[in-house]
Amino acid sequence: MVEKALLTILLEGVFVKNFLLIQFLGLCSFVGVTKDVKSAGGMSGAVVFVMALAATASYALYNFVLIPLKLEFLRTIVFIVVIAALVQLVEFILRKHVPALYRSLGIYLPLITTNCAVLGAVLINVMNDYNFIQSVTFGIAAGLGYTVAMLMMAAIREKSNIVNVPKAVGRGVTYALFVATIMSMSFVNFFGVIPLE
Amino acid sequence: MSNEVIINSVAVLAGLGLAVGVMLITASKVFKVDSNPLIDEVAELLPGANCGGCGFAGCASCAEAIVESGAAVNSCPVGGFDTAKAIGALLGQEVSESEPEYPFVLCQGGNERCVTLYDYEGVEGCKAALMLCDSRKGCTYGCMGLGTCVRACQFDALSIGENGFPVVNKNLCTSCGNCIASCPNGVLTFARESEKVHVLCRSHDKGKQVKVSCEVGCIGCKKCEKECPSEAIKVTNFLAEIDQEKCTGCGKCVDVCPQSAIVRAD
Repeated sequence: MVEKALLTILLEGVFVKNFLLIQFLGLCSFVGVTKDVKSAGGMSGAVVFVMALAATASYALYNFVLIPLKLEFLRTIVFIVVIAALVQLVEFILRKHVPALYRSLGIYLPLITTNCAVLGAVLINVMNDYNFIQSVTFGIAAGLGYTVAMLMMAAIREKSNIVNVPKAVGRGVTYALFVATIMSMSFVNFFGVIPLE
Repeated sequence: MSNEVIINSVAVLAGLGLAVGVMLITASKVFKVDSNPLIDEVAELLPGANCGGCGFAGCASCAEAIVESGAAVNSCPVGGFDTAKAIGALLGQEVSESEPEYPFVLCQGGNERCVTLYDYEGVEGCKAALMLCDSRKGCTYGCMGLGTCVRACQFDALSIGENGFPVVNKNLCTSCGNCIASCPNGVLTFARESEKVHVLCRSHDKGKQVKVSCEVGCIGCKKCEKECPSEAIKVTNFLAEIDQEKCTGCGKCVDVCPQSAIVRAD
């Protein structure tokens, strides 16, 4: 297999295989935390951080513990434990050093624990046989893709608070899902930019 | 599957759990946040239902607001006077008893007296019905009786009664206000026991339109406004409203109302 260039992995993670809009992973926070740009940005920052850390930790665990012991079948549960621990760690750090962000993230920070986007990122790493640098790059790229989608969504929802939305479209979650649909369709266009194998 | 695999998997997971546990305990020590112990003590005294009736995110944030930012000790409508007194004793504040408020339905159209425009058999709930189409009643202000408020209540204090109205069980009601916030038509409101006379209508429609759709809606005829000796009633936008501060409960408006929209509470 030809080694994929890091830039390809990065662009793939951010645009072509955007976690929220193309792979539909981690939609809970996509609808829940996108009411204003500030908390969406904070949430995205936390997710990028957790994804990069999770990619690092899971790569080490998978290659140095699970493969030598022939325990590859345990990867899902091991990754879940690692991610949960990392999220808890991030929560401690945020509460100590950025209490305002901690409060505005509220319930969604613990929810990263069960956010399938993070688990998805590390599992895709394993499935694609990425090496260490590629894994971390893909982790960060997936986080950045999440950030792009979150910030766009939050900005659109903030703006749409002051315009007339047709009654049939509604407000709140209904409206958010309409926006998500249209954004998703526009992201499909990135398929042509980098050919998928 | 060989024994080795089983032992290895148990060992790996146990080891991982242990490592993670040690790491988290260390982290919680390193990143410990000093918080006011009073907050925990106040949180202990609160009911712990996390209903949000106080306007804060939950009992913990309510406790924090009471201790840190000086929210009233009787902020919790669920705990009522007893809770307020206990918190007051802890924080050294006097508390005076306030009269309890209960949710009150400001509509008496229901199944019989208000025209029903269409049969609704979709997802049960007033909000769902409204999303599909306008109110299923001839009157867009009234109670639709599909029970959004019943499901909003965490204390089983509400049920839909005979006429298709929510009925409040005052023994179970904690005045948290979730039902009032949930009603898409704003038909529910808080009322005190001492408030004797109520206008049971929220319709701002013109008199003629009210007459077509509902037998007991306020048509804005202003008879009550003229009759009231204490000037407590005011008709604005075709709807009479009673200023409960001024109302003496004499009941003259009840007798004069041609639509029987004003009633005496028992």
